[in-house]
Amino acid sequence: MMEQTERRVISVIVMNEASVLSRIAGLFSGRGYNIESLTVAPIPESKYSRITIVTAGSVRVVEQITKQLHKLIPVLKVYEHADLVETEMAMVKIPMSESLGDIEALTHAYNGRIVDVGSDTMIVMVADEPLRVSHFLDAIKRFHPKEIVRSGSVALER
Amino acid sequence: MQISGAQMVIEALIAEEVEVVFGYPGGAIMNVYDEIYKQRSFQHVLTRHEQAAVHAAEGYAKATGKVGVAMITSGPGFTNGVTGLADAYMDSIPLVVISGQVPMSLIGTDAFQEIDAVGISRPCTKHNYLVTDAADLPRILKEAFYIARTGRPGPVHVDIPKDVTAQIAKFDYSKEVDLETYKPNTKGNSRQIKKAIEAIASAKRPLLYLGGGIINANAAELVREFSTMTQIPAVETFMARGTLRFDDPLLISMLGMHGSYAANMAMSETDLVIGLGARFDDRVTGKLSEFAKNAQIIHVDIDPASISKLVNAHFPIVGDVKNVLEQMIPLAKEQVDPKRYEAWHNTIANFNKLHPLSYKEEGDRLKPQWVVERIGQLLGDGANISTDVGQHQMWSAQFYPFTRPRQWISSGGLGTMGFGFPAAMGVKRADMDRVSINITGDGSILMNIQELMTAVEYKLPVINVILNNNFLGMVRQWQTLFYDKRHSSTDLSMQPDFVKLAEAFGGVGYRVTTKEEFDAALKDAVEKNVVAIIDVVVNRFENVLPMVPAGGSLFNMMLEYKEK
Repeated sequence: MMEQTERRVISVIVMNEASVLSRIAGLFSGRGYNIESLTVAPIPESKYSRITIVTAGSVRVVEQITKQLHKLIPVLKVYEHADLVETEMAMVKIPMSESLGDIEALTHAYNGRIVDVGSDTMIVMVADEPLRVSHFLDAIKRFHPKEIVRSGSVALER
Repeated sequence: MQISGAQMVIEALIAEEVEVVFGYPGGAIMNVYDEIYKQRSFQHVLTRHEQAAVHAAEGYAKATGKVGVAMITSGPGFTNGVTGLADAYMDSIPLVVISGQVPMSLIGTDAFQEIDAVGISRPCTKHNYLVTDAADLPRILKEAFYIARTGRPGPVHVDIPKDVTAQIAKFDYSKEVDLETYKPNTKGNSRQIKKAIEAIASAKRPLLYLGGGIINANAAELVREFSTMTQIPAVETFMARGTLRFDDPLLISMLGMHGSYAANMAMSETDLVIGLGARFDDRVTGKLSEFAKNAQIIHVDIDPASISKLVNAHFPIVGDVKNVLEQMIPLAKEQVDPKRYEAWHNTIANFNKLHPLSYKEEGDRLKPQWVVERIGQLLGDGANISTDVGQHQMWSAQFYPFTRPRQWISSGGLGTMGFGFPAAMGVKRADMDRVSINITGDGSILMNIQELMTAVEYKLPVINVILNNNFLGMVRQWQTLFYDKRHSSTDLSMQPDFVKLAEAFGGVGYRVTTKEEFDAALKDAVEKNVVAIIDVVVNRFENVLPMVPAGGSLFNMMLEYKEK
């Protein structure tokens, strides 16, 4: 019986303490769950951090992931539902030989801008929904990007 | 009170009313051992291997329900103990294992006897700590004991660098544990419970599926009350043996890979599974899509992650099984008619009649099953039974007449050979009035044989009964059945003289080939009350039956083996 696999975003509030990330990452690798992206940063003026994990799995697997995350002692809350507002950022390094104006217009369409201009290369950034970031990265191909970095998703429940 | 980290460890153990610590010293933990030397509040038992220290703590914890404590040093001391941590994690045994670590300044430098201990123990503990400041020690130790014994119990590992054990800080153990992120839910949802009782009242063929969580929750008495009151028949998992008395007419038997025909058939025919503290393990369910196919499932468990993990529960109830039963019993008294299930009882009686758990006496060689039964006849309730892992373990689970919870101490989840002897020492330490038997195999016993010395030194008279078939019997059985009799590396014809071995450590040994000799040996060992090995020569090629081959359906059992 093959179960339908779908992309899910899980947002986890954890105690901001040593080794908490290894507990989460280890849970995923040890139980064979997949991580598409993972971001972590402290929540300002609190003792917590928020970890945003993008994973893929059947309903049953995602339910298990949620429960197993809850079982970890330093985990305070786990949000796993569709109603999350999700954003991702990407930076792209492009040769200066490409058309600055075209690039600026394109990044602008994806909530982005040129953030650095050097003698040989420039760096642009965009911040948008992950799917739109993917579209942007497709579109930017024609400008011969030399390097691309994606941040992974961050999400907040509505 | 300003004291050293090492003194804090002692003070915490005293505050937790620990009466025995199993352990093995070494460089990084020496400050703590120095304080152990100075105190008189608890006993320290020096095992002869760190793995045995953790298993002994497990045996003690399983026999008492209290938190078992083991203490080991850094590096190899710690890695030797990891098998025990993993074993305790799989079987939900409350432990606190304290290990030494190299000083903080050396962590990360590949120092002598350094290993990333918390990195290793993370996936095989309920929780773990690396203590970086002695001021945190009182809180951490208190949390460790609290986490180990509450919710779904499990092992907690505390790794303490050597300089932290020397550091002076304030010790205050009076503060209650308050973990914002850990609040186990112990009371079942009353609406779900109500619905579950309604399902029970309208079921025609309900079946209690009893798991090890009942033992952990000290809920066996309530299970007995519930089953007697409702007259619902029961099957036990391997971990739940002793929940119901062996002679309880409602107890069918153990189910699963080596469960009885009747137990597995009952599970296949039931229309309502009442799962109490059981986790639908693969050794129980066989092929999942065929498991209890005709049934709705009530699943009571303290661990939400166990519910609907493998088998979808129609009535999920998260809670301590004891609390849930306390809520269920008055409702069941009103709503469940105990006379309702007569036809179902008859069906089960027929299953039992058709293929009872049995074995054939043949030839001169003793049958291993007879040995287990005989121990039961001679010692019965007066013995606690530990085992190692393999055929002897399954025969013990099948044939011993268990009468009470915590009588049965065996490594179920991890299946750790070498568990039995040290665990039986811990059991003996916990219950000196009863005989502590370790039923073992000629393979398993050698995996922690050095504990003969510990048992003799500390007067923990464990009786090791080796069901000796000169084989790694369970692997041999699989090779016979599934590998065309290619007995690859399972022939143990080369063996020590177990009698002399026992004697070399100061114990007594018996070599037994007949029933009369066995009776005489067991009686003598019990009377002498010393550490013993009874080396019983049994039929070499006996198989554990019935058997559901791995991944097969529960109702598809191999009931006998015929030479092809």
